[in-house]
Amino acid sequence: MERHQFEGELQNLRNQLLTMGGLVEQRVHRAVHALMHRNEEDAQRIIATDKEVNDLQMDIDNRCLRLLATQTPLAVDLRLITSAMKINADLERVGDQAVNIAESVLVLIPQPPLKPLIDIPRMAAIAEKMIRDALDAFVRNDAALARDVLRRDDEVDELKDQVFRELLTYMMADPGTIQRALSLILISRHLERIADHATNIAEDVIFITEAKDVRHHAEEQEPKP
Amino acid sequence: MANDHMQTTAPDTGLRIKTEVKFQEAGAPSPAAGGEPDIVCRKVNLSYGDNHVLHDVTMDMEDRRVTALIGPSGCGKSTLLRCLNRMNDLIDNVTITGEILVKGLDVNAASTDVIEVRRRVGMVFQKSNPFPKSIYENVVYGLRIAGINDKATLDEACERSLKGAALWDEVKDRLGESGLGLSGGQMQRVCIARAIAVEPEIILMDEPCSALDPIATLKIEELMYQLKEKYTIVIVTHNLQQAARVSDKTAFFWLGRLVEFGPTADMFTAPSGKLTEDYITGRFG
Repeated sequence: MERHQFEGELQNLRNQLLTMGGLVEQRVHRAVHALMHRNEEDAQRIIATDKEVNDLQMDIDNRCLRLLATQTPLAVDLRLITSAMKINADLERVGDQAVNIAESVLVLIPQPPLKPLIDIPRMAAIAEKMIRDALDAFVRNDAALARDVLRRDDEVDELKDQVFRELLTYMMADPGTIQRALSLILISRHLERIADHATNIAEDVIFITEAKDVRHHAEEQEPKP
Repeated sequence: MANDHMQTTAPDTGLRIKTEVKFQEAGAPSPAAGGEPDIVCRKVNLSYGDNHVLHDVTMDMEDRRVTALIGPSGCGKSTLLRCLNRMNDLIDNVTITGEILVKGLDVNAASTDVIEVRRRVGMVFQKSNPFPKSIYENVVYGLRIAGINDKATLDEACERSLKGAALWDEVKDRLGESGLGLSGGQMQRVCIARAIAVEPEIILMDEPCSALDPIATLKIEELMYQLKEKYTIVIVTHNLQQAARVSDKTAFFWLGRLVEFGPTADMFTAPSGKLTEDYITGRFG
């Protein structure tokens, strides 16, 4: 007894989540690119096209609901579909963060650059890679890769603290920099949140593949065997 | 009464305590409200002639809980169910080894009265089997067989059993009518009333809803929630969703072996065995 129809539906769901992941990752990338190249038009476009992400999110949720209602999935299938709904929400939030970054970029563009940007593009590169790897782990049921994503979250957190400390010195030295410094701090905060969403997705992947709930550092608190 | 068997099967105490602890972790009420092993199977093997049908089945079914037995056709789940009240006696050429204790009573011991076993362990079958008698006589049939003919006692038992089977309100004004005139779901509940009229401790159900429509099925399932307050229930079902809905623990059988046995919520969200997972998700074979 094989469930070809159902298997096909699950594959469609996976593909659609991948499309969603690719879409939001690209939007984060473009938002940071717009920041680096002071490209107002790109930033505007990201804000204007957020609807694509929202529509896809609703589409994926509908698909999941329909599968839950009609296929009564159990065990790994149940974990996959319920987690897909959570991953879907995380990806949509990543899309929102891209919009937030683009909005901050629009605040920054009319003003002279405050400083050369070094840590923010590094944060962005790590966060984008985390999203991509979390989705790769999802597609390949690769819990080891998912755990690797979890480890990288700390790097992003540290970079965010570093950005914050550095910009604080600018603001203390010259109140005229406050608006630009705050915009940059907000951008680093958005990137840090994107890494957090990647972490959530990685945790869901571990739940799907191993039926283990590792959220809230549950795994670190387990007594070592 | 419920604790009698704790002494009679002392060698296995350790194992049972473990089971009990597991149950408390799962958030069940305290053991005083059930949860102790009520039916104990130890290395049960059964053959029909040369056909070895059950292999070393060892499991406990807990007091006032619903235990579901699942698995593909021919996996031995119904055979095990029938072992629990010696229904396999009716089949020729059966060999059973191992130990089955029901509330401490060794079911297969030579000294055990099979009638007594079947009074204590009632059974409801796949196809409802009302007798061509009135509803009333159907329900009190077991009591009449036991020699009880006092009208007041029978009336009381009939009402109590029909109420217990959630059927009283539907039939109280026509107890004298034939049981055969009822709907499928009602007939099945008459059979449940007949089973509980003799005050068993355990009720075995062999696919009790497979011939019923969804509404009648839900009524029986609702009834099971109520019945487990008083009785230990073991149900064989092909309907996985039913097992998921009604049971506290689920046992998965394959080719006559117990493959996995655990809390139902775990079995249907995160089974530990690949075979169980494949069966539950419909990817079997």
